[in-house]
Amino acid sequence: MRRLSHAYLGLVLAFLYLPILVMVAMAFNRSALYELPFTFDLVWFRALADNQRLLAASWNSVWIAACNAVIATFLGTLAAIAFARYSFRGKQLMQLLLFPPITIPWLIIGTSMLIFFFWTGIGRGLHAILLGHVALSLPYVIVVVGARLQSFGPTLEEAAATLGATPVQTFLRVTLPMIAPGVVTAALFAFAVSFDQFVISYFLAPPGTSTLPVEIYTAIRKGFTPEINAVSSIIIVISMGLMLAVARNYRFGGD
Amino acid sequence: MSRVDVDRVSKRYGQVVALDEVTITFADGEFFGLLGPSGSGKTTLLRAIAGFVIPDRGTIAFDGEQVESVPVHRRDIGMVFQNYALFPHLTVADNIGFGLDVRHVDRSDRERRLADLLALVRLAGFGARKPRELSGGQQQRVALARALATRPRVLLLDEPLGALDRRLRQEMQVELRDIQRETGVTTIFVTHDQEEALTLSDRIAIINEGRLVQVGAPVEIYERPRSLFAARFLGDANILRGTVVDRSTLRLADGTLILSALPAAPVAIVRPEKIAVLPAAAPAAGNVLVGEILQAVYSGASTTYRIRVAALGDEPLLAFVQSASGDVLTPGAPVLARWSPEQTVPLQG
Repeated sequence: MRRLSHAYLGLVLAFLYLPILVMVAMAFNRSALYELPFTFDLVWFRALADNQRLLAASWNSVWIAACNAVIATFLGTLAAIAFARYSFRGKQLMQLLLFPPITIPWLIIGTSMLIFFFWTGIGRGLHAILLGHVALSLPYVIVVVGARLQSFGPTLEEAAATLGATPVQTFLRVTLPMIAPGVVTAALFAFAVSFDQFVISYFLAPPGTSTLPVEIYTAIRKGFTPEINAVSSIIIVISMGLMLAVARNYRFGGD
Repeated sequence: MSRVDVDRVSKRYGQVVALDEVTITFADGEFFGLLGPSGSGKTTLLRAIAGFVIPDRGTIAFDGEQVESVPVHRRDIGMVFQNYALFPHLTVADNIGFGLDVRHVDRSDRERRLADLLALVRLAGFGARKPRELSGGQQQRVALARALATRPRVLLLDEPLGALDRRLRQEMQVELRDIQRETGVTTIFVTHDQEEALTLSDRIAIINEGRLVQVGAPVEIYERPRSLFAARFLGDANILRGTVVDRSTLRLADGTLILSALPAAPVAIVRPEKIAVLPAAAPAAGNVLVGEILQAVYSGASTTYRIRVAALGDEPLLAFVQSASGDVLTPGAPVLARWSPEQTVPLQG
């Protein structure tokens, strides 16, 4: 039974990772037509280094993801504290309304954002993409930081107050250090959500500018080159690195 | 060190009345126990003094200065929470020094104060540890040192020993008492443990349903409870009901007369340890009830008897007898239960 379950889990992981491994392997294969035998070569990474469009899009993606991580984590943490530590009218309804956007198809969210941004004059552009990503990341941040806040009651903050700490001192000396692992995790999540986001970015990108996922899509439509494998391999390494950091960080954070 | 005046403080939560016109004065340097069942309002009163609960009506003053509108962090209090609420990310030293740090006390003063406090709670050398590396009793002492660090005007303790096992609790009671004496800080603590309240307090307030039932020194409340609630909440009590015959006599349902030194009332109590249990033939004066042993529980130093007494109906008489002779009466034995009129406590409520 044990061996069977091991074998089963192995199959699941193989199913998940084999296509990715093939893609990464092909990024290092000299042939443009996926011919075997495998010949190790960095030719596609060199081609990538010369591809200005792809590099510009990568830079946009990293920049937007980083800004998104900072903004969404900041706003989301404040919201999580409000939800966890204060009572106010409509709190339950507001908490409930946080989750549906996660389940609404991105295509629909992207379309509605495009219409809304057009109608309000925000328009399209990197700023619109960033705005969309922040909106999308907020629920994740609130949930992750909120879970951390729930893990300790308000008693620690009360204790700080009895010792003479002002609300600001209490936040900086007690609340923030306590939720720090959650905040870091939330920031990594927000970065990943933005970095991987395609649909919203695609809808909100103005002609001539784009993010990495959008650029990859465009490139694929024009004709697939192993350069895509190369850039995808880099993205996979970054994404997995982030998620491993999240996993590690969250275990460290758990009580 | 302060006097604390609570004047006609009321607090409701929806339909629930947590505090109902509570008026009480905590004297400067006093060790005061708030005793009551859960939900009695004792914790609400403590949290109102701390500033976490804003009274609907009434005033709270420290040394005559009203504090209802002063936020917690400016009330200059020290508080020990039920589960200590030590900051897990800080060392023992930084926990204790927290109140000094937020007040920007300069470094040499901080270190000196820290050393004094660690010595006071017998934790010298533990400064660099994290709270989770300490035992329950040690954590309790850190919480106490932290609360005392800023020399608060009032020290508030919320079930401070509740999380400790019995043995440790008794040790800590003595220690807490000593530390309170040494610092002289006005201390108000909440407990539902009657023994703890009796051992620690200069005075006790018994609280029930948001009202003060009785306030007084432990010996006063125990020996002269004014109501059935106070009598039963603090210790055990045999209840005697009847009609008042004259100033010092109560007649039970079956006609037995109960004498009291104090003015008689329709309801009186007698504490189980005041009752002498004698063989049926023994000569006896004072209040004497005839009965038979129902149950005898020997516990070393004393024996607890439940005695069936016709005069009391179904309710057996409870008597604690010191094991002076070493003899234990067996169930079924006919006995006399005797106590002197001074030990009969007529109740007012």
